[in-house]
Amino acid sequence: MLNDALVVEGLTKVFNNNLVAVDHVSFTVKEGEIFGFLGPNGAGKTTTINMFITVLKPTEGRATVCGFDIAKQSSEVRNCLGVVPQEYTADEDLTGLENILLCADLYGIPREISEKRATELLELVELTKFKDKQVATYSGGMRRRLELACGLINRPHVFFLDEPTLGLDVQTRAATWNYIKLLKKEYGMTIFMTTHYLEEADMLCDRIAIIDYGKIIIMGTPNDLKEGLGGDIMTVSIQDSKADISDLIKKVPKVKEVKKQDGAYRIKVVDGEETAPIIIDAVRAEGHKVTRLALTKPTLDEVYLEYTGKSIREEEESREGFRAQRIAMRRARGERTRGGP
Amino acid sequence: MTKNNSNSKNPLHGLWALTNRDLKKWYKNPIILLLGIIQPIIWMSLLGKAMNLGSMFTSFSPTLPSTIPQPIQEQIIQAMSDLSKQAMLSIFGTADYFSYMAVGMMSFVVMFTAMFSGMSMVFDRRLGFLNKVLSTPVARGSILMAKIFSAVIRALFQATIVLGIAYVIGPLSVSAGFSILNLLGVYAALFLISMGLSSIFILIAIRSTRQETQMAVVNLLNLPLMFASNALFPASLMPDWLQTITKINPVTYATDATRQLILYTVDMHQLAIDFLFLGAFAVIFSTIGIVLSWRYLSK
Repeated sequence: MLNDALVVEGLTKVFNNNLVAVDHVSFTVKEGEIFGFLGPNGAGKTTTINMFITVLKPTEGRATVCGFDIAKQSSEVRNCLGVVPQEYTADEDLTGLENILLCADLYGIPREISEKRATELLELVELTKFKDKQVATYSGGMRRRLELACGLINRPHVFFLDEPTLGLDVQTRAATWNYIKLLKKEYGMTIFMTTHYLEEADMLCDRIAIIDYGKIIIMGTPNDLKEGLGGDIMTVSIQDSKADISDLIKKVPKVKEVKKQDGAYRIKVVDGEETAPIIIDAVRAEGHKVTRLALTKPTLDEVYLEYTGKSIREEEESREGFRAQRIAMRRARGERTRGGP
Repeated sequence: MTKNNSNSKNPLHGLWALTNRDLKKWYKNPIILLLGIIQPIIWMSLLGKAMNLGSMFTSFSPTLPSTIPQPIQEQIIQAMSDLSKQAMLSIFGTADYFSYMAVGMMSFVVMFTAMFSGMSMVFDRRLGFLNKVLSTPVARGSILMAKIFSAVIRALFQATIVLGIAYVIGPLSVSAGFSILNLLGVYAALFLISMGLSSIFILIAIRSTRQETQMAVVNLLNLPLMFASNALFPASLMPDWLQTITKINPVTYATDATRQLILYTVDMHQLAIDFLFLGAFAVIFSTIGIVLSWRYLSK
């Protein structure tokens, strides 16, 4: 199958209160690609995923998953996708294994096949030892891994991950990344994920779209996006602090911008590794002595900041706070369910 | 990577899995199970033994003036006792209020269990479980029917407990013609009413994310449904306006059917009306539920 796994044309969702959550979004995800959706809180990431997985109905526009229309062939769409939602959706009162088998039943997978797959998946996410324990006793990382296993039970063609590493500790996050890479490598699975961890998007995704206020602001490979910022940042200091060599540096090809800051020159440059020696030569040819030199590659942090106007750090704080609150709420509700009639 | 690995499955797949999931939460939790058994015992002791309406008539022994000769006194007391029995029979259809109430209590526990069925729908939506189920190819109607069936199974189990307890702490004055067929009829009637009632309450919960709303609706409706029926007190003694309400209250029909089958000599005509009403009630509301679930489970 060489079809595009996900084709989205002008997809729009307007909620009842006239809130435009997703605003004419169009893109294509190729078979076997890992596609990342980056954006601040409330940008429309989860709403977009919920339309793909047919939980929400689009207001306008269309999208196909594995070639099936999400509005008209929703049952075929559901058959070919797997999803790991943002919340922990496993049933706390059941065991891990029971949860996986329940998911299998929802896909109509016969018991003899589902039992075999459940064993494999539990092994993959390293939960075999805990499979007969109630999910209520699981840690956050274990629950996330269980969600992953549940989402994979129907061997999906396209796998949707909504913030797969949100609130996980460093080791569990790294382990999750490994699972995602493994899925792509072993099964050639198409993966659509949302995240607000930039390093994660940078490392895992073949292509990224940054979305804010329901609109895609920019889309491309992580490298394209970084280069789109205008290249690498080179910082040069020279011995003679009175001289100004800005014009001299600007003459070098591939130099985009030169700023003198605190006695050093901050230079935006394309293909930093190759251009840097040329700049140094040019400076030296004029008789200046270079005392300090640094070359930094732009990170997605800068891309994100450039296009959303928000630093990821403030984002992260509010996000963690939101999550903590959610968990507290769930606990409270959990207590009430158990105590209730 | 088999894409169409589930093409040949039957359209009801997942129905039992979802039903069983809800049931597991219940039967694996011994405390809830125990409370479910204790609750009807409390109700039956309070309503059937403490508030025993029948004893108003039967335990009445008048002190007669001593001028009346002894044999006549005995005759009067005998006559009064007969009269009170007759009064009981004509009002309650049985000489024993406990039996009358105990059978009504079966409809009551069924009603109560069905009313809370919407709660788990609200929790599933809040906790995200519903979204996950909605992203799988399981039929929308099955999601709703699973909730209904799990409520029905729990309700029938509770009703069985009530019947068992009534029999043990009784005496339950079972009619002479009682057979296994009557018992099946009792379960059929309770099945229909619990299906109809839980459909209604799940429908109320279909879009809701607030358990407070559910609780408010349950609190608002449980007493009217119970007391504006013949479950605890005969409708014939109620004022006209209340009798009208009892005539559209499904609890009345379920109670009448179960009383006829357990306590009274069966009036086939009335029983047919009861079952017709209950059948229509269950079919109409579960159909509405399935139809609306196509439209409204996904937002």
